[in-house]
Amino acid sequence: MNRFWLSFLCLVMVVFSSPSHAQLNIIITEGVDNATPIAVVPFKFDGEGFFPGEITDVVVADLRRSGKFNPVSMAQMPQFPNTDSEVDYDTWVDKGINTIVVGSVTEVGNQRYRIDYELIDTLRGSQATLDAQSLRDGQLVQSRTHVIAARSLTVSGSEFRQFAHRIADVIYEKLTGQKGAFLTRIAYVVVKDRETDPRPYQLVVSDYDGENAFRLLSSDEPLMSPSWSPDGEKLAYVSFENGRSQIFIQDIYTTQRVQLTDFPGINGAPRFSPDGKKLAMVLSKDGNPEIYVMEIASRKLTRVTRHRAIDTEPAWSPDGESLIFSSERGGKPQIYRVNLSNKRVKRLTFEGEMNLGGTISPDGRELVLVNRTQGNYHIARQNLQDGALQVLTTTYLDESPSLAPNGSMIIYSALHEGQQILSLVSLDGRFKARLPAIEGQIKAPSWSPFLM
Amino acid sequence: MKFSNTLRSVLIAVPVMTLMACTSGPSEEEIAAERNRIAAEQAAAQKAAEEANAQRVKAEAAARLQRAEEIVKQEREALQAEQTVYFDFDRSTIRAEFYATLDKHAAFLVKNPGQSVVIQGHTDSRGTPEYNIALGERRAQAVETYLLNAGVSASQISVVSFGEEKPAVTGASEYAFAQNRRAVVVY
Repeated sequence: MNRFWLSFLCLVMVVFSSPSHAQLNIIITEGVDNATPIAVVPFKFDGEGFFPGEITDVVVADLRRSGKFNPVSMAQMPQFPNTDSEVDYDTWVDKGINTIVVGSVTEVGNQRYRIDYELIDTLRGSQATLDAQSLRDGQLVQSRTHVIAARSLTVSGSEFRQFAHRIADVIYEKLTGQKGAFLTRIAYVVVKDRETDPRPYQLVVSDYDGENAFRLLSSDEPLMSPSWSPDGEKLAYVSFENGRSQIFIQDIYTTQRVQLTDFPGINGAPRFSPDGKKLAMVLSKDGNPEIYVMEIASRKLTRVTRHRAIDTEPAWSPDGESLIFSSERGGKPQIYRVNLSNKRVKRLTFEGEMNLGGTISPDGRELVLVNRTQGNYHIARQNLQDGALQVLTTTYLDESPSLAPNGSMIIYSALHEGQQILSLVSLDGRFKARLPAIEGQIKAPSWSPFLM
Repeated sequence: MKFSNTLRSVLIAVPVMTLMACTSGPSEEEIAAERNRIAAEQAAAQKAAEEANAQRVKAEAAARLQRAEEIVKQEREALQAEQTVYFDFDRSTIRAEFYATLDKHAAFLVKNPGQSVVIQGHTDSRGTPEYNIALGERRAQAVETYLLNAGVSASQISVVSFGEEKPAVTGASEYAFAQNRRAVVVY
């Protein structure tokens, strides 16, 4: 019996959960000229030993990578205050820096730290000072309206990075009105050298910035199409570990997984519904690829499309009432929308030779897709109201676009100097960055939902 | 010795003596025992001969089988040397130059109904991974249909698409693209 299980385990050439060294870096290739200047003043550390973690570095990097802010260097800072009371507003206003972040870290116990920070509007602070100077009889009621946000939280030493992302989220939301997406993760597939690595196909989860990379699975056969559950705890993906495509769902914390499908032919492109109860997928068990929806709990399958042409790449509308998909029914692949209650199909894209790999923005207004024009594959967006198509990228062989949960940024896979790497582009196309890996081809990125 | 010689001459004379109904010489029991012994010897000799013959037939059959298997193996190896069919960009129609190759596979599979094959479909890296999985399946199915039309049993063939996930040649050159747009008949 032991021998049997041993050989069984050897046959299943799949290994779970080990730390991965394939980290990504972010290189900004195209910034935004009119990004708002902001100063994140290094936080003061009050405690024993070394400053545990580089909070301000993480906040600065997050804000810069949003494409909306231009964090100034320490050399450009006129002073280094740690609380609002220490801020000389005019010196900042004179430098054209109207928004600053100040704060401190205080050790409160064994590996416990209190972080206090304030987000300050120096222009408003400067005006409040002027107002105060005009009141000479000392009747001034100290106005704090120039403090846009002030927070205090106690964290443990290992949570510094996460908390820094949360600070960046708060700053971003207070200043733009849009929820920040820095406390998020990405899942992607790494393909190492197939000649030398016995398990070259790896499914990796990392923070959105490539840090804390964690290998969920490695296999001797291809892995494809990771897709997050709306609670951010599970991934659905396709594995060829048994010689053919099958859909699995795996919990990223417990690493437990279930095999959901094993139909003849293609088992592909799984996508969780917004309520997390269903999975849209592609099956070719009836002869050619069609879109299906499976109820995860009961495994009940509903066929959505019925056409001789290829139908693939389902993606949910945010309300869960319709799916978009790519279809060749018009000759070349274009994107269509199907209403799930009456199964009515409507063509959405018309520009360019092909449009495929579509996904709908969280506000439901934009379609992000892969457009082929004159043989070039680029990420593009199409406004769903007026149908205007805007090509966003200039990279090569773009594919697999996935949107940040706040809709601000798109992560996708492209070919750069012969290597498949991840790239970022803002939804307005003005900010661009590359995420080169230390080794391997990187593909099939999927951006997580908001995490707590 | 002498007795033995005598006995032998007696034995030769037995049928004659029987015919002559002469009663002198060895007793009835002696003759019967002798007869049995001879019969047993003859049977043993015959058995040995039969066994040797069977052994020879078996060895020859095994050699024949081995030769047949060797031929099948050689045929299969020859087929494995030309197991790949290449396709045009975004197409899944089999080019005429590959008919001869596929005909050889079909003939072999018809002759060896116990032999099964997997047809793998692949694409180049242009287009999206999901679309390429669909395109790869269509290419593999095109080869499957060709073999079925040539008389191969459906139960011998299975199809799997790897899309752009397992390129034969990495890179983004036209050469790499052309090498990767393929269907492979795997024994």
